Amino acid sequence: MKQTVVGPAFVLGDNIDTDQIFPGHYLALVDPQAIAQHCLAGIDPQIAGHFPSGGIIVAGRNFGCGSSREHAAIALQGMGAGAIIAESFARIFYRNAINLGLPLLVCPPLHGAIVAHETVQLDLLSGIVKTAEHTWQGEQLSGIAVDILQAGGIKPLMRQRLHQGVSG
Amino acid sequence: MHAIEKIMAHHAGLETVKSGQIVTAKVDFAEINDLYLQTIYSFKEMGGTRVWDNTKCAFVFDHFAPTPDVQSAQNHKEMRAFAKANHFKHHFDVDSGVCHQVMPEAGLVYPGMLLIATDSHTTTHGAFGAMGTGVGATDMATILLTGELWLRVPEVIAVRLNGTAPLGVAPKDVILTVLGTLHADGAVYQAIDFIGDYVDHLGVAGRMTICNMAVEAGAKTAYMQPNQAVLDYVAAHGVVDYHVETTDPDFQYAQTLTFDVSQMQPVIAFPGHVDDVRPVAAGTGVKVDQGYIGSCTGGRLADLEIAAKIVAGRHIPEYKRLLVVPASQAVLQAGIQAGYIQTLMAAGATVTAPGCGACLGVHQGILASGETCISSTNRNFPGRMGAVDADIYLASPATVAASIIAGQIMDPRAAILEAIK
Repeated sequence: MKQTVVGPAFVLGDNIDTDQIFPGHYLALVDPQAIAQHCLAGIDPQIAGHFPSGGIIVAGRNFGCGSSREHAAIALQGMGAGAIIAESFARIFYRNAINLGLPLLVCPPLHGAIVAHETVQLDLLSGIVKTAEHTWQGEQLSGIAVDILQAGGIKPLMRQRLHQGVSG
Repeated sequence: MHAIEKIMAHHAGLETVKSGQIVTAKVDFAEINDLYLQTIYSFKEMGGTRVWDNTKCAFVFDHFAPTPDVQSAQNHKEMRAFAKANHFKHHFDVDSGVCHQVMPEAGLVYPGMLLIATDSHTTTHGAFGAMGTGVGATDMATILLTGELWLRVPEVIAVRLNGTAPLGVAPKDVILTVLGTLHADGAVYQAIDFIGDYVDHLGVAGRMTICNMAVEAGAKTAYMQPNQAVLDYVAAHGVVDYHVETTDPDFQYAQTLTFDVSQMQPVIAFPGHVDDVRPVAAGTGVKVDQGYIGSCTGGRLADLEIAAKIVAGRHIPEYKRLLVVPASQAVLQAGIQAGYIQTLMAAGATVTAPGCGACLGVHQGILASGETCISSTNRNFPGRMGAVDADIYLASPATVAASIIAGQIMDPRAAILEAIK
């Protein structure tokens, strides 16, 4: 896990649901690159093709609400999102993203305080979010979330555990 | 402790748990629907070969039932192959219905259990005094590998529902009214315990409708203390071995919201936001193109029954359509047996295969740009049922039926009075 993530802000509002992040029409897709092409298509189908690599999504309350579809987190990661900061996350989306190794941070309202394209820096261990002019203290990740992110996602973590179980 | 905490403690092998604690819990049943081929991929990427217990997991093919395109057909093919290779004891193919209806009908849901499914509406099973919660594909893969899942013990909020519902106020109106107050993020990370004499006397179908939509407030899980109707239901579906948990009298809820059901009225959620809930009258005059009765929220026998009674002897207007999607094959068969399906078809309804249908915009009744649908389903996010600028109003099955017959949004009470005369 990279402790520090830096990238340009991509600003979204409250209650961005997983149908907007990844519309139901594309749910049969399984290839991550194909999935990524439709990321945020429920808001604007043009976003995925123009999303800046390593961009940091800055959202309001309840990001990722709605369906449990892991496609939403796969799409955001595949589109190139480096991290997501929001005032709160829906719990299934939160687990899905952390499981994939996509860092999330809960941070007090940033809406309006961070503008599109502005460079944002976040420290995943301390929870500190910075722009050129401001610093915010976000919530620290739980131990289990850090463990999963440190391993590069839950798949490598489970592989490690399985291997240890077999050898130990 | 709360009953939910007792379920979690029991499954984690602990005497007690408290909110905020992270536990590793043994899962009683893991259910995977057909959006989640990724579960198998993640399982294999983790090094998995055989599932931990082939009697405790199953696929339910409901979102693509039957398959609308080559890609989803390929996904089903790979999932069937995995189920066969692992000798799954249970398998629910495209003839079955929506997972949350199919599972209780198969006798796989019972009080005190921990049920994890790859679907956000797994909160439904709180209706049975079970703990049900949704996860994504990769979390599910860890369960298939180990039989366990890490869970944070949620705070529990109480939603107290007092009184008797007046004419025309269905369980769907009750939960929409609650969501209008609680809002779409009012219970994120928390559990909702529905209590009060309305819940004590509520039948299984109504309980399922209410618990189903707890997730629309962000809830991790929902709970209702099992009543006699629940115990009778699970007995009738072959369940014998279970333990009903009860909440200690001194348990402190994080918050209690109280509603007087006897003062409620039929309501609708306006397009785009499940918590933008207003009396049906606020939508009077809005023209509708499609009515939709179905889903894990509003596609059970009681829902078909009230809709059939309202449309009996009438016909939907020309250039409109009414889609009826029974929640399961058992519901469809019972609906035929009772004559509801014939009545609905005579009124111009299009009856499709049991399953999720157009609820999530995959197939069988997708909306075009600028169209309006009134629906007994659970979500009205932009684009949920098709075009991003199609409008979806959420309502009770009675309101859907009354509205599509009128061609515009209509309070169902006059039609219900007429129907029961």
